[in-house]
Amino acid sequence: MRRTRYLVGAVCVVVCTVMLLPLVMSLLASVKPTQEAAATPPTYVPHAVSLDSYSRLWDYQQGLPTYLANSFGTAMLTIAITLLLTVPAAYALAQFPIPLKEVLFVILLLALIVPYQALLTPMFLMFARIGLTNTLLGLAILHTTIQLPFSLYILRNSFSAVPRELAEAAIVDGASSWQVLRRVFLPSSVPAVVTVALFAFIMSWNEFLGALVMMSKGSTFTLPLILAAARTETSLGGTDWGMLQAGITISILPCVLVYLLLQRYYVSGLMSGAVK
Amino acid sequence: MYRNRRSRLVGLAYLAPALIFVLVFTVYPLGQMVWMSFHNWSLITPPVWVGLSNYRRMLGDDQFWTSFVFTLKYTALITPPLIVGGYLLALLTATNTPLRRVTRTVVFIPVVIGLGVSSLLWYWLFSADFGLVNRALLDIGLIDEPILWLGVDADTSNFAISASVVWKVIGFGMILFIGAIQAIPSEITEASLVDGASYRQRVTRVVLPLTMRTVLLVTLVSVIGSLLAFDQFYIMTAGQPQNETATSTFYVYLNSFPYLKLGYGAALSMVLAVTILAFTVVQLLLTRRSHA
Repeated sequence: MRRTRYLVGAVCVVVCTVMLLPLVMSLLASVKPTQEAAATPPTYVPHAVSLDSYSRLWDYQQGLPTYLANSFGTAMLTIAITLLLTVPAAYALAQFPIPLKEVLFVILLLALIVPYQALLTPMFLMFARIGLTNTLLGLAILHTTIQLPFSLYILRNSFSAVPRELAEAAIVDGASSWQVLRRVFLPSSVPAVVTVALFAFIMSWNEFLGALVMMSKGSTFTLPLILAAARTETSLGGTDWGMLQAGITISILPCVLVYLLLQRYYVSGLMSGAVK
Repeated sequence: MYRNRRSRLVGLAYLAPALIFVLVFTVYPLGQMVWMSFHNWSLITPPVWVGLSNYRRMLGDDQFWTSFVFTLKYTALITPPLIVGGYLLALLTATNTPLRRVTRTVVFIPVVIGLGVSSLLWYWLFSADFGLVNRALLDIGLIDEPILWLGVDADTSNFAISASVVWKVIGFGMILFIGAIQAIPSEITEASLVDGASYRQRVTRVVLPLTMRTVLLVTLVSVIGSLLAFDQFYIMTAGQPQNETATSTFYVYLNSFPYLKLGYGAALSMVLAVTILAFTVVQLLLTRRSHA
């Protein structure tokens, strides 16, 4: 019995090491001095600590603040649009007698069965026509189409679980439908709203192919795009490995922090929406 | 409470924004993709109706078949370790002791980082001269010369990229498997303990059969994800050598954007969409039944 416990402990430690090692090595490489970051063979642990790579990243092309703002802005817009669309829609589906409700629900979930990867060209053409390419709003709209079915599904489940008596009591007291949504449904669905916002943030912050297609101007690049571009930088001496690691560290950090803080929502969201 | 006509209108009003959004940004592009797939269009000249010729052309297009077969190879290579590995990790961490809970959290971390960013990270780790994979293998003495992992040989690239994606997404299946394992009623587990079943017997005769539906579900989700693979190949090999590592989505991207063969790209998208659709419908049917 005791031996099994030690064995399980050892396996856990090995698993954690394997999973964390790539992240730790990248973090360590990001603080190597410029020379060491480009050395062959590469060193495991930096001989000296320096923030050179971060300062080069800060100044890279349009400058890191631009790309951070683009990524963050797109993610926030995605959260806002997703919630503005799906909260009322989920409320309608949970509370009102709507003709052809099931059919409309299926249409709303359409993006679940048609991958956005396959729809990118027509979307790009439409966005180009209405001036949404190279805008954060356009990219956020694209990200919303990806996130909408999952969000609607989570919110509808949560709203459907609100006791009918609560809503009915509010209506008897003379509350308008909008007040019922705000005072009854939303407060009891905070976890679902947090889950939706969390998933929208992580997806939008990390999304690559859609951004690659929609954004052609360097000034509108998001973090994943500028890092992918920095990978192939060939001006004297090829890839700037140190700067690349600094960029990787910076783009990973918010996701890991948000996940560690809101783990509960992430895991329960994943389990209730395993369709996506 | 809400029964009258007015409340139907109110309900529709709440639903309308989302509905309009989906009609404009999903249904309309879908229709346009179908329309485009029957045309030749290079953006510069107006679209020309060509009927089924884009689809016929696909049959004789070696590059299409190469990308299609390569995508299947990638899917076949990556799915077994993801499912088996994810399940083993779930068995390891399904119990709520502190160490196992921490392990669960750690294994899941790569799931929340971007595939694009994790691909860049592994692009560095697998780099022939600057990467730590070769450095470590040389130090241990497993190899005498650095291995050219990415972009030189299709199979080696496939292996390296699959390994990196397994690292990134293995926690996804693990979490869903843990959910399924923890949902097994404790009476069943206790009964098998009373009957004197060994750990192995419990896993193979009780746990595995009772979580089979989730295994199937996660397999489908993984397969769908793998069939749509793009970021990892675009970043780690850029399709090299000679587009041998260009996946189906990559080939759609190449035709639609750099080559501007919009009609042909749309026809390729159609094939991709219909393939995914078939898998997704099965998956949705499974999910629906597991809720009932």
